[in-house]
Amino acid sequence: MAAHGSPGRKRPKLVAVPVDPATGEKAPRRPRPPAAATPADGAAGADAGAAEAAIGDEPAGPGVSGPGASIGDERLSDVDEWGRSQQLRDLLARFFDPVYDRWLRVEWEGFEKIPTEGGALMVANHAGAIPVDAPSIMHGIERELGRPVYGLADEVFKKMPVVNVAWSRLGGVQAHPDNAYRLLREQQQLVMVFPEGSKGPGKLYSERYRLRRFGRGGFVQIAMRAGVPIIPLAIIGNEETMPIVAKVPALAKALGVPYAPITANMLFGPIGMWVPFPAKMRIRVLDPVRLDVLPDQPRYSRSRIMDTSEAIRHAIQEELYDMLRRRRSVWTG
Amino acid sequence: MGRRVLVTGLGSFWGGRAAQALERDPSVDVIIGLDTTEPTVELERTEYVRCDESYSILSRIVRATQVDTIVHTFLIVDSSAVSSAQMHETNVIGTMNLFAAASQPESRVRNVVVKSSTLVYGSTHADPTWFTEETRRTALPRHRVERSLIEVEGYVRDYAADNPDVSVSVLRFSNVLGEQIVTPTTRALGLPVVPCVFGFDPRLQFVHESDVVRAVMFVLDHDLDGTYNVAGDGLLPWSEVAALCDKRLFPLPPLGQGVAAALLDRVGVDLPPELLDLLRYGRGVDNSRLKAEGFEYRYTSAGAVRAFAEARRLRATVGRPQAYRYERDVEQFFRHSPAVVRD
Repeated sequence: MAAHGSPGRKRPKLVAVPVDPATGEKAPRRPRPPAAATPADGAAGADAGAAEAAIGDEPAGPGVSGPGASIGDERLSDVDEWGRSQQLRDLLARFFDPVYDRWLRVEWEGFEKIPTEGGALMVANHAGAIPVDAPSIMHGIERELGRPVYGLADEVFKKMPVVNVAWSRLGGVQAHPDNAYRLLREQQQLVMVFPEGSKGPGKLYSERYRLRRFGRGGFVQIAMRAGVPIIPLAIIGNEETMPIVAKVPALAKALGVPYAPITANMLFGPIGMWVPFPAKMRIRVLDPVRLDVLPDQPRYSRSRIMDTSEAIRHAIQEELYDMLRRRRSVWTG
Repeated sequence: MGRRVLVTGLGSFWGGRAAQALERDPSVDVIIGLDTTEPTVELERTEYVRCDESYSILSRIVRATQVDTIVHTFLIVDSSAVSSAQMHETNVIGTMNLFAAASQPESRVRNVVVKSSTLVYGSTHADPTWFTEETRRTALPRHRVERSLIEVEGYVRDYAADNPDVSVSVLRFSNVLGEQIVTPTTRALGLPVVPCVFGFDPRLQFVHESDVVRAVMFVLDHDLDGTYNVAGDGLLPWSEVAALCDKRLFPLPPLGQGVAAALLDRVGVDLPPELLDLLRYGRGVDNSRLKAEGFEYRYTSAGAVRAFAEARRLRATVGRPQAYRYERDVEQFFRHSPAVVRD
């Protein structure tokens, strides 16, 4: 089955010229490393006058403003096209470091399977009323590998004041297929997604570690189009950080949020309800799944997508059971 | 034989600028400018024809002058300037009449450029970060200016489909900034404190006014066909835009925004609803298609904002330059009097 296809890790295969399936015409684009603008490569058109040629270095693409790219190009902030700011990320890291090391005591297994370069789509199980698995994965990888991780999130975040800014500055991106494609294919970034969506963290504690449906397999389709491997992650401990004992659907509806939980953390008062319990978190990286299809196709076989999606879900579920079998204590692992 | 060009909206910012750029092009023989109002920029050889806003005399002009190129800049994209009915009349009915005139059997039109706006993509929470020319809107249009421009583009598409031998291009311009242009965005940035929506810091994209004129000329020179986004590279958070303009932000409440906007309207601060959407969710458009044709932007988004801020600082010191005033008799004299020596 596709889920355990390839043991070692290899670079994703790249086709030289990406073609937009919608139009069938698109300029070849360089995969660009973060914060490095490539100088013009002779793409200057026939009509480029002398004055234009002097200042007309073509920037690497939309969103990248490199030195000397254009007139008066200097920025005041380092917010990138996705809204991420490395400075804010670094600032947060200082506060999150102790949480990661001392409180959740995050431990990785198979970390070397995460590629140090090239695009890859990481998928994981998602849990806890306010899920700490997302920041933990992002923090861990950014600290060890020094490369950014973008987390795809539901559009509901973009509607919430303050939350939308915080989330996007810290690496959250609207989960739109076009966004994922650009990040993975054109920019060769690491992208993280929770295919369960809000159904994962929104489930009751009694249903812990039982994976929900993996959406409609959209994540597989994106990885196919972008020609990148999928890296499944199995996480334990996240369910116990903020267990949901009951839900208030009416409140959720009124607030326009996916779920309104009553958590065990609420026993500890108004501050306690925002603090996760110190459950030991373990993240196991599964073997990357390489999808044996041509990238940039307009359409992929639906059955193939669903089979792969189901196989990955199954693999993560099995891995979770295995990890839980070995876990002696929720708090110490 | 050189080109014979018809510019609609000669009195508008873009019409005047396009005509000026066309005058510099020696391959253009004749430039005819239509508008309801007089030109606001100095023109050397453009012939100005006054008409009503829905262009009822257009078919006569197209027949009489045998124009081969139409530059359609007379589209209202600033909804605060006009009433709903007037916008419909100018944008939709005007475009309809223009294309009716251009598709007469006697018409020699071979090139049409339409100046549209990225407003046609809208701005909602479900949008992708970058819109390509093919990306669909994520929600139905909510504002009249968006609906009006979408209707206009519908007429353009119909005309292009009916006249396959005519190169029809639609340029969708992102938020334009520059030394001179006035838009809802520039007005917002000109306030003592810049309005924003509390808890939102959207990323916006800008294009410099000179790049807009250059894009129109580029499309004409290269006979391009199809739809193109025109926008500078990069997205800037609104907070950074305000900072580049040396301004502080003034947050509006995220709820009950209509009420807040109505109150501000009372004191003379006009924030059209499409701008409020933009201040919440922002918008980015992919400019790579026009770049692939060889167009080079002089300004990135940040560059356009800086140019705008610098022009404002200069104006704060030396004031606005005196506006040009069209004098009909003087213009007629220089163009047609036998006393003027022409080469």
